[in-house]
Amino acid sequence: MNSTNQNGPLLEVRNLSKHFGAVRALNDFSMAVRPGEVVALAGDNGAGKTTLIKAISGVFQPTGGEILLRGQPVTFATPQEAREKGIETIYQDLALADNLSIGANIFLGREPMRKAFGFLPVLDRRAMAEAAKATMGRLDFHVSRLEAPVSNFSGGQRQAVAIGRAVYWDAQILIMDEPTAALGVPEQRKVISLIHQLKAQGRGVIFISHNLQDIFAVSDRIVVLRRGVQAGERKISETNHDEVVKLMVGG
Amino acid sequence: MTSTSPAQPAEKHVAPQADHGDPARSLVARIAEGRAWLFLAGLLICFEIWSRLAFGATFVLNPFNLQSIAIFAVAPLLLATGQTFVIISGGIDLSLGFIMGLAAVIAAHATNMAGAAIPLPLAMLAGILASVIVAGVPGVINGLLISRLKVPPFIGTLGMFGVARGAAFLLAGGTTVPVQNSWFALLGNGKFHGVPYLVMITAIFVIVMHYLLSQTRFGQHNYAIGANVQAARRAGIDIRGHILRLYVLSAMCAGLGGALYAARFTAGAAQAGEPLLLDSVAAVVIGGASLFGGSGTIFGTVAGALVIAVIQYGLVFVNVEPFWQFIAVGVVIIISVLIDQAQRRFSGARQDE
Repeated sequence: MNSTNQNGPLLEVRNLSKHFGAVRALNDFSMAVRPGEVVALAGDNGAGKTTLIKAISGVFQPTGGEILLRGQPVTFATPQEAREKGIETIYQDLALADNLSIGANIFLGREPMRKAFGFLPVLDRRAMAEAAKATMGRLDFHVSRLEAPVSNFSGGQRQAVAIGRAVYWDAQILIMDEPTAALGVPEQRKVISLIHQLKAQGRGVIFISHNLQDIFAVSDRIVVLRRGVQAGERKISETNHDEVVKLMVGG
Repeated sequence: MTSTSPAQPAEKHVAPQADHGDPARSLVARIAEGRAWLFLAGLLICFEIWSRLAFGATFVLNPFNLQSIAIFAVAPLLLATGQTFVIISGGIDLSLGFIMGLAAVIAAHATNMAGAAIPLPLAMLAGILASVIVAGVPGVINGLLISRLKVPPFIGTLGMFGVARGAAFLLAGGTTVPVQNSWFALLGNGKFHGVPYLVMITAIFVIVMHYLLSQTRFGQHNYAIGANVQAARRAGIDIRGHILRLYVLSAMCAGLGGALYAARFTAGAAQAGEPLLLDSVAAVVIGGASLFGGSGTIFGTVAGALVIAVIQYGLVFVNVEPFWQFIAVGVVIIISVLIDQAQRRFSGARQDE
C-alpha cells in the first residue's frame, strides 16, 4: 500500500447511501477516520449504524456515494476484499471458532503450511502458536496455554483474540461493533485499553456502542446517526453526554 | 442522564487477565478424550477373564480372534471415518449405509463386466474405482442439497438413504450379484503375515483420513465450521464448497466400504450397509465426537469402531445370545455421552449447547 497522503484520512466515506426498496437505511452520509483516531458511531436502534458498517466492510453494496481508502476510491464485492485492503470488522458476537486455539483462530482461513518429511504439506501449528504469542503480547495479553481452545478463555480475552487477529493481519481500519456489550466491567476496561493501544499503533478505529461512558472514554470524535442521516459530528473534548443524547433522539 | 463528562485520560495499563490453567481439569479432559480406548481396554480385559473362567482359553492372545475382530470392524469403520468428518462439521449422513450397498452392487457388476474385456487384476481395480466414483454421485447430490438448497442434513441424507436403497436394489435386480474374479476374492479373503488385506487397506485409508482431518486446511476448516459456521464464513472459508466436498468424501468412504464388502463376500448386495449405518454413528460418538459438531478425531472413531466390533464378536465368542449385543452397544453409547457431558461440566466450557 502506498503511504502518500500521510496526514489525510485513512478512510473517507462520501455521500454514502443504501436503500432497501423504499427504505432509506442510509442517506447521503459522510465521515472520515484519520490514522490513530477513534471515531465513535452513535445512534438509536435502526439509525443506520449497522447498515453503514456493512457497506464499509463489503457486506452490502452501497446504492450511492463512494468510499475512499487513503484517498483512493474503492469498492468491495465481498467482506474478503475489504479485509484484504485492511478493513477488519470485529463483531459483538465474537466471530471465533471456540474449539480451536488462539493461533488457529488468528489464521482461520489462511493457515500456514509446512512440509513434513520434506514433501507432505501439514499445518504449521508451531508458526501459528508463535504468531499468536507475539500478537497477543503486543496487546498486553499474556497467555501460556497457546494450544488450549479459546472456549477456555473469558469474554474479554476472546475479544482480545478477535482484535489480535485483525492486528496480526495488519488491519488499518478496525470496525468494532459493540465490542464491550457482552462483557463484565473489568473486561470492558480491558477492551477499552486495547483500543487505546490500537490508536497508539496508528490504526483507525470505528467504535460502535450504546454506552456513552465507553464512547467518552475512548473516542476522539463522535458521529451521530439518526434515521439514516448524519445528525451531527462533535469532537469528544467539545461535547457532553446531554448533547449527544439530544442529537441521537433529535431534540 | 448524567451531565458533562469530558474525555477521560487514556486508561492506564489494566492488569492482564489471569491465565487460569488447571492441571487437574486438563487431566479429566484427557481421560474423557481417551475414553474410547479405555472402554476398549476394559472390554478386552473383561472378555479375557470371562473366556479364561468359562473355557480356560485366552481371548486376546488368540490371533484368530484378533483377525476376526479387525475384519468385523472394517466396514463400520470405513462408514464411520466419513461420518466423523460430517459429524464434526455439525451434520450427519444417514445415506451412508445404502450408498455402501449401492457401491457393493456396482463393484460386483463393474468387476464382472470389466473382467470380460481386460485381465482380472485390472478388472478388480476398475470395479473398485467404479464403485467409489459412483458412490460419489449421491454424495454430490447430498452436498448440493445441504449447501445450496439449505436442506437440513438429517432430512437431505434421509431422502438419499431411500434413493440409494432403491437404486441399489434395482441395479442388483433384487438379489445379490456374485463376482467372478479370483483376484477380487483373494483381496477380500487373503492375508499377508496373518494380517488380512482388507485390514491393511483400511488401516492405510484411516491414516490418510487422519492426516486429512488433523493436518490440512480442509480438516481445520471442518472443525471451525462445526463450532461456529458464522465465524468460519467471516474468516473467508468457502462454506458451500466445503460442505459439498465433505459429503462427497463421506459417500466415497462408504463406496470403498462397499467395494471391500463385495471383495470379502465375492458378491454385491444392496443391503450390505443396512445394519452398519447406526453402528457408524455410534462409533463416532463412542470415539468422543459431539453430535453438536466441532469435536472428534479419526483415532477416537477407530477406537469406537473397535469397541463395537469387540462387543459383537466377544459376546458371540463367550456364547451369549446375540441380542445382548444391541443392549451392550446401546449402554456403551449412553455411558460415552454421559462422560462427555460430565467432562463439559468439569471443564467449565459453555454448557448451553
